[in-house]
Amino acid sequence: MNQFDTNLLWLIPALPFAGFLLNGTLGRKLPRAAVTAIALLFTLAPALIVANLWIVMKAAGAPLSLSVTGGPWIAVSGFTVPFAFTVDHLTLIMLGVVTGVGFLIHLYSAGYMAHEDGYWRFFAYLNLFMFFMLVLVLSANFLLLFVGWEGVGLASYLLIGFYFKKDSAANAGKKAFIVNRIGDFGFLLAMFLIIVHFGTLNFADVFAKVPSVAAPFTAIALLLFVGAAGKSAQIPLYIWLPDAMEGPTPVSALIHAATMVTAGVYMMARCHAIIDLSPTAMAVIACLGAATALMAATIGLVQHDIKRVLAYSTVSQLGYMVLACGVGAYSAGIFHLMTHAFFKALLFLSAGSVIHSLSGEQDMRVMGGLRTKIPVTFWCMTAGVFAIAGMPLLSGFFSKDEILYQAYISPSPVGKLVWLVGVITALLTSFYMFRLWFKTFFGAPRFDEHALGGHGHEDLAPVHAHKDKHATMVAEHEPSHGHGGVHESPLVMTLPLMILAVLSVIGGIVGVPTAFGGHNEFEHFLDPVFAGKVEALAGSGGTAITLSTIATLCFVLGLFAAYLFYFKNPDRASQLAAKVKPLYSLLDHKYWVDEIYGAVIVTPLLMFSRLFLGGLVEGAAVQGSAAGLAGGARGLGWLVRRIQSGNIRSYAGWLAFGAALFLVFTLVISYSLHF
Amino acid sequence: MNLDHSILTILLLTPLAGAAVLALLPEREGSKTHAAVALVVTLLTFLFTLHLPWHFDYAAAPGTFQFEKNLPWIATPAIHYHVGVDGLSMWLIVLAGFLAPIGVLASWKAVNKRERLFYTLFLLQQVAMIGVFISLDTFLYYGFWELSLIPMTLLIATFGRTENRRRAAIKFFLYAFIPSAILLVGMLWLYARTGTFDLPKLTALAAAHAISPNNHALWLCSLAFLVAFAVKVPVFPLHGWLSENIQEAPTAAVMVLAGKLGLYSILRFSFGIFPEQSHAVAPLMLALGAIGIVYGSLMALVQNDLKKLAAFSTLAHVSFVILGIFTFTVAGLDGGTFQILNESLAGAALFVLMGLLYERYGSYDMRDYGGLAVRHPWMVTMFLITTFAAIGLPMLNGFVGEFLILSGTMQSYVMHHVLWTVIATTGVILSASYMLWMIQRVFYGPLGLRAEEVKGWDLTAREHLELWPFAALFLILGVASPYWMKAIDTYGTIVATKPDTMAPGEIKHIETETYRTTGTAFMDPALGAAAQGKPTPPVNKGARY
Repeated sequence: MNQFDTNLLWLIPALPFAGFLLNGTLGRKLPRAAVTAIALLFTLAPALIVANLWIVMKAAGAPLSLSVTGGPWIAVSGFTVPFAFTVDHLTLIMLGVVTGVGFLIHLYSAGYMAHEDGYWRFFAYLNLFMFFMLVLVLSANFLLLFVGWEGVGLASYLLIGFYFKKDSAANAGKKAFIVNRIGDFGFLLAMFLIIVHFGTLNFADVFAKVPSVAAPFTAIALLLFVGAAGKSAQIPLYIWLPDAMEGPTPVSALIHAATMVTAGVYMMARCHAIIDLSPTAMAVIACLGAATALMAATIGLVQHDIKRVLAYSTVSQLGYMVLACGVGAYSAGIFHLMTHAFFKALLFLSAGSVIHSLSGEQDMRVMGGLRTKIPVTFWCMTAGVFAIAGMPLLSGFFSKDEILYQAYISPSPVGKLVWLVGVITALLTSFYMFRLWFKTFFGAPRFDEHALGGHGHEDLAPVHAHKDKHATMVAEHEPSHGHGGVHESPLVMTLPLMILAVLSVIGGIVGVPTAFGGHNEFEHFLDPVFAGKVEALAGSGGTAITLSTIATLCFVLGLFAAYLFYFKNPDRASQLAAKVKPLYSLLDHKYWVDEIYGAVIVTPLLMFSRLFLGGLVEGAAVQGSAAGLAGGARGLGWLVRRIQSGNIRSYAGWLAFGAALFLVFTLVISYSLHF
Repeated sequence: MNLDHSILTILLLTPLAGAAVLALLPEREGSKTHAAVALVVTLLTFLFTLHLPWHFDYAAAPGTFQFEKNLPWIATPAIHYHVGVDGLSMWLIVLAGFLAPIGVLASWKAVNKRERLFYTLFLLQQVAMIGVFISLDTFLYYGFWELSLIPMTLLIATFGRTENRRRAAIKFFLYAFIPSAILLVGMLWLYARTGTFDLPKLTALAAAHAISPNNHALWLCSLAFLVAFAVKVPVFPLHGWLSENIQEAPTAAVMVLAGKLGLYSILRFSFGIFPEQSHAVAPLMLALGAIGIVYGSLMALVQNDLKKLAAFSTLAHVSFVILGIFTFTVAGLDGGTFQILNESLAGAALFVLMGLLYERYGSYDMRDYGGLAVRHPWMVTMFLITTFAAIGLPMLNGFVGEFLILSGTMQSYVMHHVLWTVIATTGVILSASYMLWMIQRVFYGPLGLRAEEVKGWDLTAREHLELWPFAALFLILGVASPYWMKAIDTYGTIVATKPDTMAPGEIKHIETETYRTTGTAFMDPALGAAAQGKPTPPVNKGARY
C-alpha cells in the first residue's frame, strides 16, 4: 500500500463538486432519496480516499509529502500560478477533519433537513462547501488557497441566507461575506507583497526563499493575520460569526464551528515560516487571540439562545488557536483545532437535536428538564460539554492544556500574559458551558409541552406548510412519541452524535504529553511541517503538571459555580445580574460592538457617500461641469450647423474645421515657445 | 481559400451589408423580420470573428500585426485602408462579435416599434466598433471612432426609456464629440509633423524620438488623445455623461456604451504614439483609477436605482482597468486588458438581467422590489452568478483581472503605487457590499410592493439563451485564463517597463523626472525649456513595434 496515485488528489475536491453540479442542476426534479444519496456518496468517497492516503502516509518510510501539479491557472510573462495540490502531515489532519466530520454532518442533515423546502438546494450548497474547503487545505500555493478561502465564504453566504425570506438571515449572510472580504483585503495585500518580494506564490518556493530574502515580514504577517481574523472570527472582525447562526444548525456545526472558521488558523500554521520571522506580529497575534478568547467567553456568559452561546464559545476557542499560533505553538493550535472540530460539531448537532425536539425553540429560558426526555442527545451533549470545559483526560483538556503550557513556557514577551488570560477564559468556559448544560437538561421543564404543536424547528418557522407532513413522518418512525410531545431525534441524527461523542472523549489520546506518560504523538506527527519547534521549547515535567492542575481547578470551579447558580438556586443568577446591572448590560449587548461599528464606520460612510460624494462631488462638480460644457457646446453646435448649412460636405468640412483649429493650435504653441 | 488577408474586411462588410439590407426592408407591424435578420447577421459576424483566434500566430514577432491589409486609399493626404490585429485587439473583436447577437436577443421583446431603425443603427454601431478595433491608420480610425457616436446618440435619443432621453443623448454626444474634435486636431498635427497617419510608422518614430523635438507640443498632443479617450472610458471625474445615459439607453446599446473603445484606444494610441508622456502621466492616472474605484463603489452603494447602481459599478470596473494599464507592469497591463473583457461581459450580463426585471415589473427602483427569489429561482441564480463574477470571486473571470491588476500595481515603479494599491484593494470590500445589498433588496426578504401587484414569470427559453453563454464564459475565463492571456501577453510584455534593464538608481531618477514634467514643467515654459536641454529620461528603452 505504499503506492498512491497522486492524480487521485484531484478527485478529493472534484467529487463533492460533481455532487454539487448534479444536485444543483437536477436536484429540483429528483426525489429526496436520490438527492440524499448523491450528497452522501460524493462526500463519503473523498473521505475514503483520505483514509487511504492516511494509511499510505503513516506507513514506515512513507514520503513526507505528496504533490501533483496540473496546468497553469494564471499565466503572464514572469508570473505563473498553477493548479497544484500538495499533501503533508498538516494537510492530512485537515483533510481528515474536513471529510470525516463533514460526512457525519451530511448524514445528520439528511434527518434534520428532511422536511425542508429546498432540500436539494441545501445539499448542493453543502457539497459546494466541501469542494472549496478541500481545495483550501490541499492547495500548494497561496492563490489556490485563496480560491478555497473565498469559495467557502460563498458557500457560507448561501447557507446562512438559506432562509432568505427572513430578513435577519439575508442580513447575516451578507454581513458574513462582507466582513470576510475585509479579511480578504488583508490577505490580498499580503499576497501582493509576497509577489513583489518572492516573485512566486508557491508555498514551497516562498518558504524556501524566506531565509534569504529581505521582505517586510512584519507587514506580511500582520496582513495575513487580517485575513485569518476575518475567516476565523477574531477581534476586530469576529462580529459576523454570531449572526451566522441564522443558518440551519448543521451548517453552524460544519462551517461555523468545525471547518471553515478554522481556515484562518490553518493558513497561519501553513505560513509559519513567514510569521515566525516577526516577533512583533506574533505578539500582536497572540494578544488579539487571547483578547478574543476572553471577550467572547464573557459574552457567552449571558446569552440565552443556545446556538449563540455555542457561537461565542466557538469564537473564544478560535481565540485559543490563534493565541497558540502567536506563541509559535502551531501544532498545539492544530491539535486544538482537531479536538474542537469533534466537540464543537457534537455540541452544535446536539443543540440542533434539542431544538428539533422542542419544535424550534432556541431559548434556554424555556428549556430545562430535558435529561430524561431525550436521553441519547443528553448523554452525547454531556460528552461535548465536559470535553470543552476541560475535564481531565477528555480531548479538550489535553489540547487546551497544551496551548496554555506552550504559551507559559514560550520565550514570547507576552507569553505569561496570554497564559493568564487563557486560564481565566478556561474558567469562564467551564462556567458557561455548564450553565448551558444545567439550564437545558436539568431542573423542571419550563416549556409548555402541549403548546409544542408540530415537530418543526427553528428553521421551519417561515414555512409552516409541512408541519403536518413532518408530524406524520415522525409518527411513523417513532410511534411512542405522540403528536406534539418532546421527542428524541431519529437514528440518522443520533448516530453522528454518538460517533462524535466517542471522538470528543478519546480524541485527546493522540496528544497525551510526556508529562502524563504519553508520547505527544500528535506533535511529532506534525514535526515535518513545523520542523521540530516543540523540542526547542521543552520545559520541565513539573511545570506541565502544575499548569494542568490549575486548569483542572478552573474546570471544577466553573462546574461548581454553574451548579450553584443554575441548579441549586436558579434565582441566584438573576439576582446577581440585577446587582451588577451595568456590567450585565454591557455583556448582554455584546459590548455594543455592532452598534459602535455601525455608528463609527457604516453610517458615516453611507452619509459621506450620499451627501458629500453624491450631492457635492457628483451633483455639483461632475454634473455641474457637464451642464457648463453643454452650455458652451450649444454655441459650438450652432456654429457647426452653420458650417453644414453652407453646403460643405461632411468630411471635407471636418478637415477644414480641423485645419482651422490646427492652425490656431500650432500658432499658439509656436508663439508660446518663441519659435 | 485563405481568408487571412480578407477576414477583417469581411468583418466590416458583414454588418454593414446587414445594415443596408435592414434599411431597405419594409417595416410591418408585429413582424420580427428585422430582428431575425439582425440576429442572423450578428451571428454570422460572430462566427467570422472566431477565425481570428483560430488562426492567430502566437509565435509571431512581438509588436507585429496579423491578418493585415494595407491599401492606399487617398493619395494626399496619405490615408490608407490599413487594418490589422494583434494580441491586444483580437479578443476585443471577438467580444464585440459575441455581444451583438445577445444584444439582438435582449431587444427582441423590449423593442417593438421602429424596429427597422433600431436594428439598422445597432448594426452600424457594430461596424464602427469593429472598425475602431482593427484600424491601423489613425485617420481611418478616426472615421470609425466618430461613426460610433452617431448610431449610439440616435439609439438613445429615439429608444431611450424616459422623457429625459433627448437631453441624455445630447449630453452623450457633446461629451464624446468635443474631445474628439481636439483628438482630430492632434492627429492632424501629427500628420503635419510626420507626413503619415500610419500607426506602426508613428509608433516607430515615437520610439526613435523623431516625431517632434518640441516636447510641449508633443505633450499637448498626447493630452488631446488621452482626454478624448478618457472621456469615452470614462475616467473619473469625466464620467458626467455615464449614469444618465446608462439609465436611458436600451439594453442592447448600454452593453457597448462604456469601457472597451476608450480603453482600447488608450492602450493602442496613447501608449503607442506617446510612450514617454503616458509614463509621465501615469502617477495621475493611477490616482484617478484608484479614486474612481472607491468613488464608483461608494456611489453604487447609495443608489436606489438599479441602472444607476450598474452605472457606478461600471465606473469602478473601468477604473480598475485604468489602474492596471498605467502601472506599466506586465501583470497590470495583461490583467487590465483581460479585465476589459471581464468588465464587458459581467456588465452586459447585468444589464440584460436588469432589463428582464424591467420587462416584467416596469421599474428599476430597488425599493419596489424584494423577495423575488421565490418567484424567479433561475433569475436569482443568474443574478448571483453575475454578481460573483463581477465582484471577483476566484474561479470566475473577474478575479483573474482584478488580482493581476492589483498585484501589478504593487509591483509598479510609478509613484505612490503602494498607497494606490491599498486604496484600490478596498474595492473588493465595497463591490461585495453594493452588489450583495442589491441582491438582498431585490430578491430576499418579504415580497415587495411592485411584485405583489404584478405577476412576473421566471426566465423564458430565449432569456436562458441570452444568459447561459455569459455564465459559461464567466467560468471558462475564470478557470482557463491562460488561453486568453497568451494573446494578450504578447502585447503586455512589449509595453511594460522592464525594471531589470534599469539600475535601481535610475528608477528613482525617472520617478522624480516624471513628476516634475507632469507637475510643473508643463505649466511653466521657462522650466520646460530648461528641461528640454536635458537628455530624455530612459523610460521604455526597448523599441516598440
